[in-house]
Amino acid sequence: MTTQGATDYLSFSNIQKSYDQKTLVVKDFSLNVAKGEFLTLLGPSGSGKTTVLMMIAGFESVTSGDILLDGKPITSTAPYKRNIGMVFQNYALFPHMSIAENLAYPLKVRKMPKDEIDAKVKEYLELIELEHMGGRKPAQLSGGQKQRVALARALIFNPSLVLMDEPLGALDKKLREQMQLEITRLHKKIGFTVIYVTHDQTEALTMSDRIAVFNDGVVQQCAAPDVLYEHPENSFVADFIGDNNFVNGTIVAEDGDFVTVKIANAEEEIATKRGDCGPIGSACRVSIRPEKLFIMPHEPACDNKINVTYAMRLYVGDFIQYYFKLPDGKDIVVKVLNDHEAPKFDEGQPIGLTSLKQHCTAYAAT
Amino acid sequence: MLCSHCYISNISLKIKIMSDIQSNERIRSKVILLSKKEANFAKKEIRRSKMTAFFMVTPLLVFLLFAFVAPIGTMLHRGFYSPVVASLIPDTLDKLNQWSGEGIPNDDVLTSLAIDFKRLANERQSGKIAAALNRNMPGASSVVKSTARKMRRVDDAELKANGAELLLNAHEKWSNTKIWFALRKAGETYSDTHYLKALDLERNSLGELQVREASQIYIQLYSKTLKLALYITLACLIIGYPLAFYLANAPAKTANLLMIFVLLPFWTSLLVRTTSWIALLQTNGVVNSFLMSIGVTSSPLEMLYTEFSTIIAMTHILLPFMILPLYSVMKGIDPSYFRAALSMGARPISAFLKVYLPNTLPGLSAGALLVFIISVGYYITPALVGGTDGQMISNIIAFHMQQSNNWGLAAALGTLLLLLILSLYWLYDRFVGASNIKLG
Ligand SMILES: Nc1ncnc2c1ncn2[C@@H]1O[C@H](COP(=O)(O)OP(=O)(O)O)[C@@H](O)[C@H]1O
Ligand SMILES: [Mg+2]
Repeated sequence: MTTQGATDYLSFSNIQKSYDQKTLVVKDFSLNVAKGEFLTLLGPSGSGKTTVLMMIAGFESVTSGDILLDGKPITSTAPYKRNIGMVFQNYALFPHMSIAENLAYPLKVRKMPKDEIDAKVKEYLELIELEHMGGRKPAQLSGGQKQRVALARALIFNPSLVLMDEPLGALDKKLREQMQLEITRLHKKIGFTVIYVTHDQTEALTMSDRIAVFNDGVVQQCAAPDVLYEHPENSFVADFIGDNNFVNGTIVAEDGDFVTVKIANAEEEIATKRGDCGPIGSACRVSIRPEKLFIMPHEPACDNKINVTYAMRLYVGDFIQYYFKLPDGKDIVVKVLNDHEAPKFDEGQPIGLTSLKQHCTAYAAT
Repeated sequence: MLCSHCYISNISLKIKIMSDIQSNERIRSKVILLSKKEANFAKKEIRRSKMTAFFMVTPLLVFLLFAFVAPIGTMLHRGFYSPVVASLIPDTLDKLNQWSGEGIPNDDVLTSLAIDFKRLANERQSGKIAAALNRNMPGASSVVKSTARKMRRVDDAELKANGAELLLNAHEKWSNTKIWFALRKAGETYSDTHYLKALDLERNSLGELQVREASQIYIQLYSKTLKLALYITLACLIIGYPLAFYLANAPAKTANLLMIFVLLPFWTSLLVRTTSWIALLQTNGVVNSFLMSIGVTSSPLEMLYTEFSTIIAMTHILLPFMILPLYSVMKGIDPSYFRAALSMGARPISAFLKVYLPNTLPGLSAGALLVFIISVGYYITPALVGGTDGQMISNIIAFHMQQSNNWGLAAALGTLLLLLILSLYWLYDRFVGASNIKLG
């Protein structure tokens, strides 16, 4: 999954965690993170992402396994000695301290001289563009401003690692996108190492160097965003990252990296890449992204043709989403750019959809 | 932005805007949106909601008026007002008020008093004057009583002719100016005697303030009351803070069970709880038997009827008042504050002192103020377990109301207690800020 060497600034080997000594919340977590990397832990709610972060920060014990930071095991180090910055979802800014005092806090506990603290606080207030608000209390700031302060406070003491647990979850969409850019900017500028937790795949795709998709206590796949999007290793990742269609079928032939699949309840066969599907004769799910499907007769160059019937269309704005019924009654979605030639159909009208075989992947049926 | 208001057709929203308009000139110039009919409707709506609000707080206001404002007003008044003597011997007092204060008053006054004494003795009212006079001049009670008895036996004509002489002969004290000053003082319908006494002060024969000669007990008692209240508050804090912390951070199931234990004292009678302390602390009680059986002491310790027993029993009773505000404040403190402090490198103790503790101050001050104020005015527990050492000011107030029948002094002491509490609250507000208090 990952190459050893440059990427082992922070490394997890076979981490397990159980809260009740019966069930494992984290089953087998192994991962290496490079220095300066922006790594995102992406997974559905309740998959154990926060638990992993808490183990790194030292607020939860590790049931078994080892965490190495810069070559040294940290699992038995007290949290306050780990030098790990943390950004919490609810900001956790101290309400009784002003913004400047909040920023100065980690420096004060490190007994830094007063003038150095002042200079550093000023520098970071400028960095987050709040230089005139140092005297305000957290309650007087907007959500986005609080988040920036929380970020600066986690960075100001040059931690060896910064952890962020869904830091943008409480912000509205517009602010969230702005903060995504802000965090990326700061990361580029300062070059800290981040483990960023989110359940929002768009956030993960736009910000990360690498994304570890986490589910059922196991890392499903860890790769760069484009690799993850274009070459998901299993159907969970294919489904979780981006929109995807799944067509049920049976494998009827193999040809190197490609297989031929007979669509359920139909005669057609389509050629697809091989995912984690089984041998000939086994059931599978073929994933095809909505933007990689075309409505006939628009796209002449194609490998596969699927016969469907028209159900409805949704006007989204920049594109139009067409819903069709597969022969087995399941939905299949096609996204078409909103130009003036977007076609119109009658309900129940038979339509042909086409695709290229490198855009289809066959995974094991679940 | 404001223009979007124009599209709002919902009446209740318009009402909201109406009140905005009333409070904001700037908006009025921009938004003119209600027709006359709508404006009337909106006004009616506002009036109706005000009426509803008024009806809902009425019971509170009635209670406040009859159970708080009125009794306190009466108490303030009673501290100054003592009509008994003035109503019993009005004529004599009229004449006595002409007296210059030098030598004993003239025969006219003496005769009038002698006649009054006979009348009062017949009406069996002389005891009232005796008691009132005795408060201003200890020992005067027997003088009045014996004189009244003697005057009763004299016939009216003789009394009219020789009253002055008879009075002087009845008791030697009548030749002393002091008793006449005391009588004049006792005859005043409004006087500051009770208040001065409550402050251990009195007026000498020239009307100047001086420290009371007879006995000085009240100032000492007030300071002892404050001292005990302070100890009780500290004890509640020391026990309550960790407990509230644990409650606020324990899993819901444990917390609920423990909360019941905390509230249990509220559901049992105060008397039962206090008497159980008697059973525990008395000479042959549970605690002493235990201490002696494990050999800590050879003879039983005197624990009951001391300051110690008052403090421990009151701490037990007032603990919930400390825990509840603390708990509610602690419950609202996000655990991530503490974690954030640790992640930034603060040691747990430093993180607690600099981050956690300051955030609990509203609950802490509310709890401390509640416990302190309640214990300053507490009565039952010190009365039962306090003995003489553990008595507080309220016990003396009760004593004056029930035993010595000196309601005026009781009222004066009560008023001073009220002023004391108000000034403590003022000090608190001055230095800590009353807006910091959070009661739950
Ligand atoms: N302190 C805890 N005690 C017991 N169970 C917990 C605790 N924290 C989390 N869990 C459980 O562990 C699982 C993973 O939780 P979490 O790490 O918070 O997931 P995520 O952050 O991905 O949403 C959940 O099923 C949750 O109920
Ligand atoms: Mg979480």
